[in-house]
Amino acid sequence: MSTDFTLERNSAGRWCLSLGGQASEPVQAVRSFPLSAPDEAIGLVGDDGHERLHIPHLNTLSAAQREAVTAALAERDFCPRISRIRSVSTFATPSTWVVDTDRGTTELVLKGEEDIRRLRERSRLLITSAHGVVFEIPDSAALDRASRKLLERFL
Amino acid sequence: MDRPTSIFADAELPLAQLSLDINADGRFAAGELQLHTRHWRWRAGPESDWAAIERQSTHRLKERDHGGVATLDLMDGDTLLQRWHCTLAQHTELRALLRVFEHGHAQSDDDLPDPEVETPPSTWVLLRLWRFACPYRWQLLLGFVLTLASTAATLVPPYLTIPLMDDVLIPFQNGQAIDPVLVGWLLGGLLGAGLLAWGLGWARTWLLALVSERIAADLRTSAFEHLLGLSLDYFGAKRTGDLMARIGSETDRLSVFLSLHALDFATDVLMLGMTSVILFSINPWLALVTLLPLPFIAWMIHLVRDRLRTGFEKVDRVWGDVTSVLADTIPGIRVVKAFAQERREAQRFKTANQHNLEVNDRINKTWSLFTPTVTLLTDIGLLVVWGFGIWQVSQGDITVGVLTAFIAYIGRFYGRLDSMSRIVSVTQKAAAGAKRIFDILDHQSSVPEPADPLPMPPVTGALRLDRVGFRYGSRSVIRDLSLDIRPGEMIGLVGHSGSGKSTLVNLLCRFYDVSEGRILADGVDLRQVRVADYRQHIGLVLQEPFLFFGSVADNIAYGRPGATREQIVAAARAAHAHDFILRLPHGYDSLVGERGQGLSGGERQRISIARALLIDPKILILDEATSAVDTETEKEIQKALDNLVQGRTTIAIAHRLSTLRKADRLVVMDRGEIVEVGPHDELMAREGHYWRLYQAQLRHEKELQEAA
Repeated sequence: MSTDFTLERNSAGRWCLSLGGQASEPVQAVRSFPLSAPDEAIGLVGDDGHERLHIPHLNTLSAAQREAVTAALAERDFCPRISRIRSVSTFATPSTWVVDTDRGTTELVLKGEEDIRRLRERSRLLITSAHGVVFEIPDSAALDRASRKLLERFL
Repeated sequence: MDRPTSIFADAELPLAQLSLDINADGRFAAGELQLHTRHWRWRAGPESDWAAIERQSTHRLKERDHGGVATLDLMDGDTLLQRWHCTLAQHTELRALLRVFEHGHAQSDDDLPDPEVETPPSTWVLLRLWRFACPYRWQLLLGFVLTLASTAATLVPPYLTIPLMDDVLIPFQNGQAIDPVLVGWLLGGLLGAGLLAWGLGWARTWLLALVSERIAADLRTSAFEHLLGLSLDYFGAKRTGDLMARIGSETDRLSVFLSLHALDFATDVLMLGMTSVILFSINPWLALVTLLPLPFIAWMIHLVRDRLRTGFEKVDRVWGDVTSVLADTIPGIRVVKAFAQERREAQRFKTANQHNLEVNDRINKTWSLFTPTVTLLTDIGLLVVWGFGIWQVSQGDITVGVLTAFIAYIGRFYGRLDSMSRIVSVTQKAAAGAKRIFDILDHQSSVPEPADPLPMPPVTGALRLDRVGFRYGSRSVIRDLSLDIRPGEMIGLVGHSGSGKSTLVNLLCRFYDVSEGRILADGVDLRQVRVADYRQHIGLVLQEPFLFFGSVADNIAYGRPGATREQIVAAARAAHAHDFILRLPHGYDSLVGERGQGLSGGERQRISIARALLIDPKILILDEATSAVDTETEKEIQKALDNLVQGRTTIAIAHRLSTLRKADRLVVMDRGEIVEVGPHDELMAREGHYWRLYQAQLRHEKELQEAA
């Protein structure tokens, strides 16, 4: 199923959706299942919060559409992947961690153990920092020994 | 009042009887009341004369109870003929009497059991644990053998002190050289015994800890599974914290008891047995003197301990006071702050804490005396052994080595007496814990599964209530209620609070079983099909939607765990929840529930509507689904509900009558009975109950508007 729509960036830098020849309107691309099924059920949501277009799966789109939607999604997504935990300030929370991510080395503040969320795959972890940035550890078992030892103290 | 003694000539058995344990003056007595075929017969006490009244068809019985005392009035029209009293301890007899009087027979399909009377738990309850221990009997046997072996190993070293003294040290003092080979053998033996005891001890502790942990885990799982199967009235009568404690910490305490206390005790008893055998084989006389003080010491320790125990129980109770202040204040913190009562709550806590301190001070005085007392008693016991031993050595009956061995054996034994004396109270506590768990396991669901369930026919949503009655305890909540609900019809239940609406809904969900009459779903009595078979056709939306800790998607798919993502999204969209879910940081993967994302009441409600939509139920029950939210949100929810109601039998309770305008029929209830049935317009035209309710609500809304 390929829907008739175009998604383009307007001059103000916003993504605009025009549906079946209608006037275009600024939208945001939102994943319904960002963790369990990132490519399924993507919504293009208008400024009023109502969904304008629902995309059941990215692969139902034409190549151009998919590219635009993926770019629009990428703009919103910010989820650094942690590849190494260099150090933690303390084993009691709040604790400041120095981590290597795929977006560079940074510091994050862990407010409490409950901010570490285990996903259905037990080794996949999401860590929400005190400032609301979500870090991902795709596979905690694949981390190096020192990082795992540090992480273990918080699980 | 006539007394036709002649009719008692035949020894007629009464149809029913009641012990009148309170007399007309309100004093305790031992009166009796009998209902015979043709007359009533009663007396105030065993020595009083019988009185009688002939039964008439115009007689009525009126029963009421207050403060645990039931009053029974025999009426003839409006005249009171006789009044009797009894306490509610006679509840069963009273019910039977009333049934016989009204129906002519005592048969009833739901005899209410007497309220549970708590009895102190007997230690034998612990034997019932065997059911859970049975699967591990071989491990337990192995554990026992290991215990035996490791205890035996610990008894070797003291025995080796005999040759060490008599063959090495004493000859050396007498001028002989030490034989290094012999010493090597003896020391090697000591080391070997030590190593053996260490290995065996480790194996047995590990094995038995493993087994007891598994027994407790099995017990916990089956208790929880059984608990989930119990009907709602059980949960209504118990505190959540209490049930949590029973399944959580009580099972854990049992596990500790089995792996630690029971094991230690068994080891100690074994050690006592083996030690006595060894001691008697070495020297019976000294053994007798050594073991003689033992029972005395044990008894005295037990005495002190008993005194301590009552003290500790008091500490427990006071500790309960302290925590209850916390349990009161923390959930109600908004009220405390709103009324600026922080200081008062702090004071309340301080007072409880102060009391706790005082009680602890008192018990500590005794407690601190305990260990020195045990030591003193042990020392005295040792003194006796020394004294008698020295005398025997002087007589040449025993050697110095034998005496040292005795001292070594008994010293290690006296030390264990303290922990042995603890076994009584520990066992009692464990038995109490076991009883509390078995209480759950023994409780039968009041909504029993049928022994021979019928298959559920294709459900269309047709419901029929046939002369339904429901009693809660002795209180009649629903009386003689009949109603036919067509498939796809929407019924609005209306009435004051306490009129029985929610009870009716609970009966329709089969959370409770009817006391009288029956409920038919598509022609089948609900009690004849499996509970789960029926309930999977019911969608329930409650006033306070409950979200489990987990993702939004999990919560929507709660009733249908296999649902695809498309189905979940479709249900959420129909429930007008999709848009706000997309605004959550992780969309459908966001965590909600107790520790999750904060959602507003309306949002939670729409998630619970999506949950009900996803299972596509034939029967839908809305219990005050919109009353906890503001008017604006209500509109949003109402739109969601309109989607939900399509093509389903719907039973809706709503406080705001305006939300029931769409209902095909409104059922107006009052004190457990239906007083009016019909569509809105018809009931308004009738100007009856419904009209009055409606007017009252209009007035109320107007007042609110004027006030605003």
